[in-house]
Amino acid sequence: MTFWTYRRRDNLVGYLFVAPALFGSLTFVLIPLALVGWYSLNEWNVLGGTFEFIGAENYQQLLSDEKLRDSLVATAWFAAGLVVLNLSLALLLAVLLNQKLRGTTVFRTLFFSPVLVSLVAWTLVWQLVLQPEGSVNGLLGFFGVDGPNWLRGDSTAMISVIVVQVIKNVGLNMVLFLAALQGVPAPLYEAAKIDGAGVWTRFRRITIPLISPTILLTSIITIVGSLQVFAQIAVLTQGGPGTSTTVLIYYLYQQAFQFHHFGYGATLSVLLFVIVAALTLLQWQMRRKWVLHER
Amino acid sequence: MSGDVNKRKVALYGLLCLLCVPFVFPTWWMVTSSMKPISEIFSESLLPSDWTFSTYEQVFRMQPFGQQYWNSLYIAVVVTIGTMAVAALAGYAFARIRFPGQNVLFVVVLTGLLIPSEVTIVPLFQLFQSLGLTNTHWPLIIVPIFGAPCVLAIFIMRQFFIALPPELEEAARMDGLGRAGIFYRVALPLARPALGAVAIFTFLHSWNLYLEPIVYLSTPDMFTLPQALTQFVDIYGGPMWNVQLAAATMTAVPILVVFVLAQRQFIEGLAHTGVKG
Repeated sequence: MTFWTYRRRDNLVGYLFVAPALFGSLTFVLIPLALVGWYSLNEWNVLGGTFEFIGAENYQQLLSDEKLRDSLVATAWFAAGLVVLNLSLALLLAVLLNQKLRGTTVFRTLFFSPVLVSLVAWTLVWQLVLQPEGSVNGLLGFFGVDGPNWLRGDSTAMISVIVVQVIKNVGLNMVLFLAALQGVPAPLYEAAKIDGAGVWTRFRRITIPLISPTILLTSIITIVGSLQVFAQIAVLTQGGPGTSTTVLIYYLYQQAFQFHHFGYGATLSVLLFVIVAALTLLQWQMRRKWVLHER
Repeated sequence: MSGDVNKRKVALYGLLCLLCVPFVFPTWWMVTSSMKPISEIFSESLLPSDWTFSTYEQVFRMQPFGQQYWNSLYIAVVVTIGTMAVAALAGYAFARIRFPGQNVLFVVVLTGLLIPSEVTIVPLFQLFQSLGLTNTHWPLIIVPIFGAPCVLAIFIMRQFFIALPPELEEAARMDGLGRAGIFYRVALPLARPALGAVAIFTFLHSWNLYLEPIVYLSTPDMFTLPQALTQFVDIYGGPMWNVQLAAATMTAVPILVVFVLAQRQFIEGLAHTGVKG
C-alpha cells in the first residue's frame, strides 16, 4: 500500500483546486470586511493624518446624521421605483415576446441591446437627451407639453436615474422571465381556457404562481443591484439636486474619498453590508415559505 | 376570424415598435450626435445636417484614448480568463470532489455573495496603497479574479458540474485518468456553455467598472474607458457633447456588433444560468 492512495490524491487535488478561490475570499473579502469593522470604530482622517480609537462614536453619528437619513430615504425610493418599474416592464416585454409572432427575435435583440452598451456611454447620452433643451423635452414639446429640467428638479432627477437604469438593464430580467414563461406547460392554459378563464385570470392564476421563483429571484437581484448603482448617479446628478439622489453608495464614496473620512466611510460600509446581507438572507427565507416550487 | 388574428398581430407589432423607442433611440442618438457639429447638438433632427468627423480626431487629441482603450480591453480580457480559470477549478472541486472541510470552505467562499465589493473598498484601497499599487492596474485585475465578483462565477460553475452525469467520469477513471486529467479532458470541455456565460458577464462587469478605477487611478494614461469618457469637458467643466459621444460610440459600438452577430448564444447562455452579472 503506498501513501498516495486515490483517496488522498483526490483530497490534495480538491484543496489545490479551491486554493485560489479561498486565497481570494480571505484576502479580498473576509479580511477587508473585518478591517472595515475595525476602522468603523476609529476616527480616521486621511488628510489630517489622524487615526484614533473612538469606540461607538461613528455609530452614534450614524444615528444623528441627517444627510444619512436623506440618503437612506433616497436609497429606498430608488430601490422601490427601480424594482417595480423594472419587473413590471420586464414581465410585460417577456409576455409580448412569448406570443407566436414572427420577428420576436429581432425585438428581443433590440430590448436587450442596452445591456451591452457600456454603462458610462449609456449614461452620457441620456445626460444629453435629458437637458432642458434636449430631445426628451423636444418630443414633449411636440405634444404641447413644456418639459422640466429633468436632472435639476428633486423628484424628476430621481425619476430620471430610475428610468435610465431600468431601460439599461431590464433586458436581463426580460430574458429570465422569457425562459420561465417558456417553462409553463401549455396544457394548463388549454384546460383553463376550457373552464372559461379569461386572459387576465389565466395570467394571474397560472402564469404568476408558476413563475414566482423567477419573480423572487429577479426582485432580490434587482434590489441588491440597486444598492450598487454608482456610475449613473456620479455622471447624471452627482447626488443632487441637494441630496435627492444621494443613494447610500454615493454617500459612502463622498465621505470616504471626497471628504477623506475613512472611519465614517467604513461605518457606512458596515451599514451597506448589513442591508445587503439582510436582504439576501430574507430571500432565502422567502424562497422556502412563499415560492410555489423550486426549480 | 382571420381578420381578428391579423388585427391582433398589427396591434402587437405596433406595441412592440413603440416600446422599442427608448431602447433603440439612445444608441441612435449617441452615434448620430457624435457626427453633429456642436451648434447642432440640440437640434431635433434624427440625422446631422452637416456631417463632421473631426470629433473623432478630437477624442484622440484630448485624451490618450488609444492607450485607454487598450487598458480597458486588456484588463477585461485578463480578468475574464483569470475568472474562468479560478471559477472552473473551484466550482469543479466543490461539485465533484469529496474532501474534508469541503462544506465549511464552500460557505467561506460563498460569503462573498453577501458582500458587495463596494463595502470593502476602503480597506482594499489601503492595502494597495501600502503595496505601492495605486495608479496601477493591479487592483482592477487581482480583486475581480479572486475576490467577490468571482464568487458568482464559482457558483454557476458548481451548479453546472453538479448536474454532470457521474458515469462520464467513471469511464475516464477506468481508462486510467487521474483527477486533474478528468477535469481537464472530460469535465471542462463539457462546461463550455457555463464557461461562456461566465465569460460574458465577467467581461461586461470589468468593462463597465467605474467606482474602482476612479478610486485607484489618477493619471489619464492609466484610465480605463468609463472613467475616460467623463473627461471630455471644456475649460469651464461643461461637457463637450459631440466629442464625448464620439468616444462613447467607439466604446459601445464594437461590443454591440459582436452581440448582434452572436445574440442567440449570448441571450440563451445567460438565460440558462438563471443568474445575471
